[in-house]
Amino acid sequence: MSTIEDFRRETRAWLEANCPPSMRTPMPDGELVWGGRTVEFRTEDQRLWFERMRDKGWFCPDWPAEYGGGGLSAEQNAVLESEMRRLHCRPPQINLGIWMLGPVVLEFGSEEQKRELITPMARGEIRWCQGFSEPNAGSDLASLKTSAVDEGDHFVVNGTKIWTSYGDKSDWMYMLVRTDPNVPKQQGISLLVVDMKSPGIEARPIDLISGKSSFCQVFFDNVKVPKHQLVGPLNGGWTLAKALLQHERRAMSKFGEFSLPNHVDLLSMAGRYLPPADAASTADVALRARVLAMAMDEHAYTITTQRMGEEMRTRQDVSGLMAIMKLVHSEQEKDKLEVLLDVMGHRALGWEDEAFDSSELALTRAWLGSFAQTIAGGSSEVQLNVIAKRVLGLPEGKQGK
Amino acid sequence: MSLVYSEEQRLLADTAAEFLQARSPVAAQRRLRDEGAAPRFDDALWKEMVGMGWSAIPFPEDLGGLAFGCMGLGAVFEALGRNLAATPLLSSIVLGGTLIELAGSGAQQAEWMPLLIAGDKRIALALDEHARHDPAATALRAERRDTGYVLQGEKVFVADGQGADAFVVVARTGGMPGEREGLSLFVVPAHALGLNVSATGMIDSRNHARLRLDGVRVDAGALLGVEGQAWTALDAALDRGRVCLAAELLGMTQNLFDTTVEYLKTRVQFDVPIGSFQALQHRAAWCYAHLQLARSAVMAGLAAMDDPTLDAAGRARLASLAKWKAGDVAHRISREAVQMHGGMGVTDELDVGLFLKRIRVAQALLGDGDFHVQRYGDMTPVEA
Repeated sequence: MSTIEDFRRETRAWLEANCPPSMRTPMPDGELVWGGRTVEFRTEDQRLWFERMRDKGWFCPDWPAEYGGGGLSAEQNAVLESEMRRLHCRPPQINLGIWMLGPVVLEFGSEEQKRELITPMARGEIRWCQGFSEPNAGSDLASLKTSAVDEGDHFVVNGTKIWTSYGDKSDWMYMLVRTDPNVPKQQGISLLVVDMKSPGIEARPIDLISGKSSFCQVFFDNVKVPKHQLVGPLNGGWTLAKALLQHERRAMSKFGEFSLPNHVDLLSMAGRYLPPADAASTADVALRARVLAMAMDEHAYTITTQRMGEEMRTRQDVSGLMAIMKLVHSEQEKDKLEVLLDVMGHRALGWEDEAFDSSELALTRAWLGSFAQTIAGGSSEVQLNVIAKRVLGLPEGKQGK
Repeated sequence: MSLVYSEEQRLLADTAAEFLQARSPVAAQRRLRDEGAAPRFDDALWKEMVGMGWSAIPFPEDLGGLAFGCMGLGAVFEALGRNLAATPLLSSIVLGGTLIELAGSGAQQAEWMPLLIAGDKRIALALDEHARHDPAATALRAERRDTGYVLQGEKVFVADGQGADAFVVVARTGGMPGEREGLSLFVVPAHALGLNVSATGMIDSRNHARLRLDGVRVDAGALLGVEGQAWTALDAALDRGRVCLAAELLGMTQNLFDTTVEYLKTRVQFDVPIGSFQALQHRAAWCYAHLQLARSAVMAGLAAMDDPTLDAAGRARLASLAKWKAGDVAHRISREAVQMHGGMGVTDELDVGLFLKRIRVAQALLGDGDFHVQRYGDMTPVEA
C-alpha cells in the first residue's frame, strides 16, 4: 500500500531528476514564464521544466485528473509544495487562470465549461486576464457598469475595464458585467469569459508614474459573447466574484514567496551609501536608526509568513493572519522604499540617465511603483475594513448604498 | 526552529492561564499595590507556581530542571502578562538561575540550583548603574584583596532586589566602562557587611531596589565563572530575560487589545457603538496587524533561545528583535487603549492604567527600543 511517505520519496526523486538545476535558482522578474497560446521561453531549461510539469498535470496538482489536473489529494499537494520549496524549484509557469478562475469554474461551472476551460488551463495553453475594476468602480466594485445585454443566443457587451494586468498579452478574459440594472447592485452582476480576439475589443496599456506598466484599459464596443460563456447563474456573479477575490489573496501570498529573493537588502544598501560609523554625523546616525527599525519590521513580517505556514500545517485558524498580510506587506514596501530614497539621496532620483547605475534606476522605478501596491488588489483602507469587521467583529457603520 | 507552541507547551500555557485567572487576576495585583508591602508579590502564590514546576522549566535535568526550554517559559510569561501577575520568575529563575547555570562551578550549581528551583531562596541580578540599560557601561569596581575581592559602587533598578537572599553583582575587574572585557560576576549575600539595599518606588508598584556596596568583601568562592570574562554568560542570560519579558509584554498587550475591542463594541455614543466609526476601526485594525507581527517576533525570539544550531549573534539578533517589537507594539496599543477608553481610560478605576504602567517599566527593563535597534544592527551580518 502506498503511503504519503512513499509519495514524498517518489516526488523528491522525480523533481531531482526532472527539474533542471537552472530552474532551482532565485527567479528574477524578467524570467517568469507565462502560459498561453504562445509561450515565450528564454532558455531550453525553461521549456523542459514547463513541459515536464505540464505532462505530469502538476500545473494544477490538486485538480481532478479527468480535466487535466494532477489528481493529488490535499495532503499530497502539500507534500509536492514542500518538496518544491526544499529544492527551490521555480514555478514552471504563471497563470492567473489557474490561481483564480480555475477553482471557481470547478466549483460553479457546468460540465461542458469544465472540459472546455479547465483542460487547456491545466495544460498552460491559455493566458487569462481579469476584467473587474472600471474607471468608476474601484473599491466599490459592485457599482460596475459594463453591460451585457441578452440578444437571444449571445450577450452584447459594452463598456470598459481598467487595471487589467497584461490585457494586451492575454488570450481570454474573465469579467464581471451588469446583466440587470434594475435591482440592488450586487444582484445584477454576472461572470462571463471572453476571447480577447473577439471583434470590438481593444486593450490599451496604461503609463504610470513609474513608467511603462503591464496594466491596460480594455474597451468593449458591441462585443458578441456566446451564451454558454456565462459562468454560474445569470445575475449570480457577485458570489463568484467574492470567491475569486479570496483566491486572489491566496495567489498573491504565493506570488510573494516566489519574488522574495529579489528583495533589496536595506542594511547592505545603508552600508553602501552611508558613511562608516566613525565618520557618521548625527543625521547619518538618525538615518541608520530608521534603516534598522525598518529592517526589523520587515524581519518581523518575514517571520509572520513563516508562522502562518506553520499554523496552517498544524491546522490552526489563520484567517486573521491572512487578512493582514497584503496590508502589512504593501505598506512596508512603501515605507522601506521611502527610507531607501533618503539613504541614497539624489542617487535614487535618476531617470533614464547613464550617470546612475541600473540598480539605482530600478530603485527609482520600484519606489514609484510601490504607490500602486497599497491601492491595487484591495486598497489598504479596504483591507482595514475587512480586518475591523471580519476579524475583530466591530459593528457596521452608516454606509452609502 | 518552530514558531508555534507544541502540544505540551500549549497545555502548559492553558494550565498557567487557568491558574492565574483563578488565583492571581488583575484585581489581586491591584490589592498588592494598595497594600504596598514588600516583597510586592504574593510569596505563597509563588510557592504554588514553584509547586507546578515553573521554576524548573528552563534548566537541564542534571541541575534539577525540566529542560522544557524558553518556549515553555514563554507560554508562562504570556499568561503572567495577561494577568499582570508579579512573580520573581524573571529575576530569580530566568536571570539569576541562568547565570548560575551558565557561569557557575559545579559547587556553585550544587549550592544554588536546588534552592532557587525549590523557591527556598531568591537571587536578583544587580547590573544597571544608570537610567538606561547598558551592561557594558558597568563601572562598579571589584578589586582583589588578600584571597578575595572588595566591591565598591552602586546598582540601581534591581528587579526584585528587596528581600532577595543574594545578588549576582556585575562588577568591573579590568578594562574601562564601555568595554565588554573585564567584567566579572559575584554572588553577594544580602546580609554582606557594607551592602545596603533600599526600595525604589516605581509606577508598576513592583519590587525594585537600589544597592549601595561600600567596601563589601567577598571571598574568591563568590566569583561566578572566570574573572574578567563574564560577558558571554551575562549576555546569554540577559537574552533569555529579554525574550521572557517580550512574552510578558505580548500577554499584557493582548489583554489590553482584547479589552479595548470589547469596549469599542459596547460603548455607545451618538446612539451607536463607537466601534462602528471607521476612524476607530482602522486604528484598531492596525493595532491587530502590529500585534500579529509582535507575536511572530516573540515566538522567533523564544525559539531562538532553544535552537542549538544558532550562534550567539544569531540568538542575540532575534532576542533584540523580539524585545524591540513587543515593546514597540505594547507602547502603541497601550496609548490607543487609554485614548479609546476616553475619560474612563485615565481613571485609576479601570485596569488599563495598571497595564500601561507595567508596560512602560517592562519596555525600559533589559534594554529599551533604541538599545535593541542598535544591538540588532550590530548583530546582523551585512550582505556584500
